Amino acid sequence: MSARTVDKIATGIIMAVAGFIVLILLGLLGYILIRGVGHISWHFLTSAPESIRAGGGIGPQLFNSVFLLVLTLIITVPLGIGAGIYMSEYAKPNRMTSFIRLVVEVLSSFPSIIVGLFGLLILVNKFGFGFSLFSGALALTIFNLPLMVRITEQGLRGVPLQQKEASFALGISKWKTIRSVLLPIATPVILSGTILAAGRIFGEAAALLFTAGMSSPRLDFTDWNPFDARSPLNPFRPAETLAVHIWKINSEGLAPDATQIAAGASAVLIIMVLVFNLGARALGRYMHNKFTAAK
Amino acid sequence: MQHALSAKKLNVYYGEKHAVHDVSLDFAEKQVTALIGPSGCGKSTFLRSLNRMNDLIPSCRVTGDIMMKEHNINDRETDVVALRKKIGMVFQRPNPFHKSIYENIAFGPRYHGMKKKADLDNLVEQSLRKAALWDETKDRLHKSAFALSGGQQQRLCIARSVALRPDIILMDEPSSALDPISTSRIEELITELKEEFCIVIVTHNMHQAARISDKTAFFLSGRVVEYDETDKLFLDPSQKETSDYISGRFG
Repeated sequence: MSARTVDKIATGIIMAVAGFIVLILLGLLGYILIRGVGHISWHFLTSAPESIRAGGGIGPQLFNSVFLLVLTLIITVPLGIGAGIYMSEYAKPNRMTSFIRLVVEVLSSFPSIIVGLFGLLILVNKFGFGFSLFSGALALTIFNLPLMVRITEQGLRGVPLQQKEASFALGISKWKTIRSVLLPIATPVILSGTILAAGRIFGEAAALLFTAGMSSPRLDFTDWNPFDARSPLNPFRPAETLAVHIWKINSEGLAPDATQIAAGASAVLIIMVLVFNLGARALGRYMHNKFTAAK
Repeated sequence: MQHALSAKKLNVYYGEKHAVHDVSLDFAEKQVTALIGPSGCGKSTFLRSLNRMNDLIPSCRVTGDIMMKEHNINDRETDVVALRKKIGMVFQRPNPFHKSIYENIAFGPRYHGMKKKADLDNLVEQSLRKAALWDETKDRLHKSAFALSGGQQQRLCIARSVALRPDIILMDEPSSALDPISTSRIEELITELKEEFCIVIVTHNMHQAARISDKTAFFLSGRVVEYDETDKLFLDPSQKETSDYISGRFG
């Protein structure tokens, strides 16, 4: 066989593999969307679920997912950015630093069901936070924090050394250099990374089964006092998220339209995650252009 | 003559590598001193020691004294932040901040305590005028510095240093990434700036050294072979290596 033929065959195989992966993705997305989109309506997105009768919605679950995401980000973003700044700008390249890096890696690859059980034992029972949004947010922090550290570190390392030198040469202190020169340049990377990580949190279920709980109390969406038990903003109430709801309704749903509800909820979840991903890309590109291009 | 800066028996090591050997040089006020020599001869390393920029490189070690008046720059106790305000630096590649032209200049002085907008406006204009950049930029001060050409960016970087009113400006091959026209504008600028500042410039362009400097030091393998008035060094060098280098026999 001539070298040219081999080259053609290799190219063909690689193209086929790539095409196959795209096909799987499109098939999966298409299947979920086609099955679920028909069921999505304003009523479905806003009303409370029904346990026995048909016609329930996913309103509280959708709200819980978003609220839990916000709570998690409030905890992880400051911690993650702080640790990321330390890792990229202050940590000396020694054994301690590589140990920290190893711990961060291991933490982010923990099986989520283990994190869920850990949350049940420590957060829910030992610390007495109960099944609550707060316990759920802390459990999600365990996955999200390592990601935030890595994103921040990569963002800062991506800033050209010349920028740092320029600032130091003007007698600017290290902290001020980080704050006013390095972080603004790294922001697009950090922001789009954060949104991508947020998409992952949004779809997480296993870690939340035993921490945020599988039930949602009757919420009163007119009560915005975060200390009231029925207020949607109370972080110490149990909260079933969308992903958990899909799991529950599929395994023990009693309503006659349980299958359609699960399909609709899955479609909503997928669409939300897609929006996060595309949004992160668009925002990253927009900010990159804004910061670097000529205006 | 008053020395703005003098290095005494300066040695620089990168890990095991001994990059600069026992260099002692005095730099006079209001003069341009050029450091020339082949690539890897230690001239840039030496320059970067003068404002402690080598601190950024973990494996780098500097011994010896660098005296600025009675003050030893190379002392552990020296406040490098205050020091670098006194000794500005311009780099090989133009490196403006990802900020507006105005902010590129105002950033340093504002950090060092100039808060009033009128003062800053004034200083930005003065500095841009000194860098012969005012006419080209006055209508777009608040636009990104990256919209400027390479030569303009480098003049902006010089303006940024000048704005802090340093005593000394170090320049590390400031025109090597620029076209000939931009280069000649930078050279004119250096000649004007020497009315006020002590300038130490590293260059691999011998013609540039001959055109703009008052004194020249020839570096070879981490040592200073010859240090003299520029005219003397180029027309009548006392060392054989110097005459070989300037006549183009190596390097």
